[in-house]
Amino acid sequence: MMNSITINNLTKRFGNFTSVDSISFDVKEGEIFGFLGANGAGKTTTIKMLCGILSPTEGDALVAGFSIKKEPNKVKLNIGYMSQRFSLYNDLTVEENINFFGGIYGLNGSRLLERKQWVLKIANLNGKENLLTASLPGGIKQRLALGTAVIHRPKIVFLDEPTSGVDPISRRNFWDLIHNLSSDGITVFVTTHYLEEAEFCNNIILINAGKLIAEGSSKELKTNYLKNDLYEIECSNVVDALEILEVQNFVEETSIFGNNIHISVNRNFSSTQQIESVLLSNKDIKISRVNKIVPTLEDVFIHLLERDKK
Amino acid sequence: MKTILHIIKKEFQQFKRDPKMFGIILLAPVIQLIFLGYAVNMDIEHVTAVVFDQDHSQTSREYINKFSSSNYFEIVDYVDNYDDIQSHLENGSATLGIVIPNEFEKNIGRNRTTPLQIIFDGSDGNKASISAGYVMSITNKFARNILMDYRNKTGQKISPVGSIEAEVRAWYNPELKTRVFMVPAIVGLLLSVITLILTSLAIVKEKEIGTLEQIIVSPIKPLQLILGKLIPFAILGFVVVGIILTAMTFIFGIYTRGSFTFLFFSAFLYTLSTLGFGILVSTLSRTQQQAMMLAIFVVLMPMIFLSGFAFPIENMPQFIQWLTYVVPLRYFMTIIRGVILKGVGFSELWLELLALFSMGMAVLTRDSSYF
Repeated sequence: MMNSITINNLTKRFGNFTSVDSISFDVKEGEIFGFLGANGAGKTTTIKMLCGILSPTEGDALVAGFSIKKEPNKVKLNIGYMSQRFSLYNDLTVEENINFFGGIYGLNGSRLLERKQWVLKIANLNGKENLLTASLPGGIKQRLALGTAVIHRPKIVFLDEPTSGVDPISRRNFWDLIHNLSSDGITVFVTTHYLEEAEFCNNIILINAGKLIAEGSSKELKTNYLKNDLYEIECSNVVDALEILEVQNFVEETSIFGNNIHISVNRNFSSTQQIESVLLSNKDIKISRVNKIVPTLEDVFIHLLERDKK
Repeated sequence: MKTILHIIKKEFQQFKRDPKMFGIILLAPVIQLIFLGYAVNMDIEHVTAVVFDQDHSQTSREYINKFSSSNYFEIVDYVDNYDDIQSHLENGSATLGIVIPNEFEKNIGRNRTTPLQIIFDGSDGNKASISAGYVMSITNKFARNILMDYRNKTGQKISPVGSIEAEVRAWYNPELKTRVFMVPAIVGLLLSVITLILTSLAIVKEKEIGTLEQIIVSPIKPLQLILGKLIPFAILGFVVVGIILTAMTFIFGIYTRGSFTFLFFSAFLYTLSTLGFGILVSTLSRTQQQAMMLAIFVVLMPMIFLSGFAFPIENMPQFIQWLTYVVPLRYFMTIIRGVILKGVGFSELWLELLALFSMGMAVLTRDSSYF
């Protein structure tokens, strides 16, 4: 399969601050590519460079075959972009928004009509063309924003945290839409905070402080980056329990997941009884459950980010 | 070109959605015109005066009569000591005190020069000096009459006086009304407000809601975007100019002596720079509040102060005068006053037009490098 995006040592500095630090990776045509990282890790800056809004300090990238440095205008013709703010004009009607964005991409006549029908369909807004955009619920607005972002049938669409602030059902529906785009051959480049959403991606990269720290499919990430076994402990007095576990020689890493504790263990570990006996030394702690678990992406990322901190 | 039309169309759709704002834009000029036309009045009439007549003679009463019978003065009180004059000046109930000394009449009768004291509240320097001028002219006339009387009575020629009498005619504004000078200038003020502030707000608003970014990722060119944003506000500005010119004629009876076409053409050249500044402000601000503050305090107010709108540029210190050369409104003020009041046109104002055009181009060129 061909590469849709090829990134080479892309770097962006703002004064002394390096927001994106020489990252390189490829995105294949038609895949859903997850771009993950904490707030301020450099995700949005990277997307803005790939869209031709910001010019890189160093390095380059080919987007849909065009250099973002030398031919940003050709890049712009081939991409769609949707930010977390669902940038639509609230004081325009649904149809006026579609006409406007279609218009600035040069659509007219039957082509505009056909794409308008398509956008209305995916946003469930048939017959509601004259509603003011401000009156639409968040989930619908989000779908309309996606529709207008790809109204010109771009080869690649960049979605910057498209599901933030939207209810779970709308989020689910939105991902169905993303899958549809991808099966139509559109490359979807998406950033998200929701790690369960990252599981829907074909490939993922994780960046931290502007540097790429992991890449691969969700399965590869879980097996390649997390070598230790993982146990989940459900008990009372979680904070005390965590303090005890942190200092044990068989424990590599600890973290809290809701009311539970996850620990990764090393060679010194033999059985779950080891965990129980150290915890029960404190009379206030009551253990309800200790079992081995399959790591989630969240475990992997917390592990990677902790390791990166050291 | 089509792309620009899409943006223009969108701007007008947005105007339509905000009828209140639209109403304010169209109605405000008329209200401003009325307020400024009536309120900004620097003509000095009814200067309040107190009289301290120590002489109580016929001559002193005749002298005071000259004041009360003129339209310029209003005698509010007669007092018999200096303290009362002072308290009148302090609490603002009088602008000047006239002190007529003892032996005023006697001295005149003896053909001696007699002093007179006039005390001014000089805190409003402009008003004080104009009033002083009135006082001088009344006093001179009074003195001349005394001389003439003396000559008639004695039948004796004092000296062969060949005097000069100036016949003063003020062209373009025969009654020397401030209003006639100010009202046309309002065209310039309001055109600046609309094109500068509204443009910058409109762009920053798009920045705030993120639509600007959405437009920038499209293949649209910076120049198309700028023109698409500017043209609607330029049109709005022209509509407002039309409204003001009409209201000016009907409310104040000031009509445009020169050519409308020329006036609109120069308004167009002027808006190049205000719209350009509007965009400049919007590129420098992140929120609408910032844009508002920048546009009003950094651009608009200095521009108005230095434009000669109310304060004559010739009275400014030299280095401030140099500064005014980079203020587009300065040239536009000269043009609107010239066209409306004097009826002049291209042959007198081409230099101003050239200045407006080059400044507009300079600002717009700088703008397009920002996007």
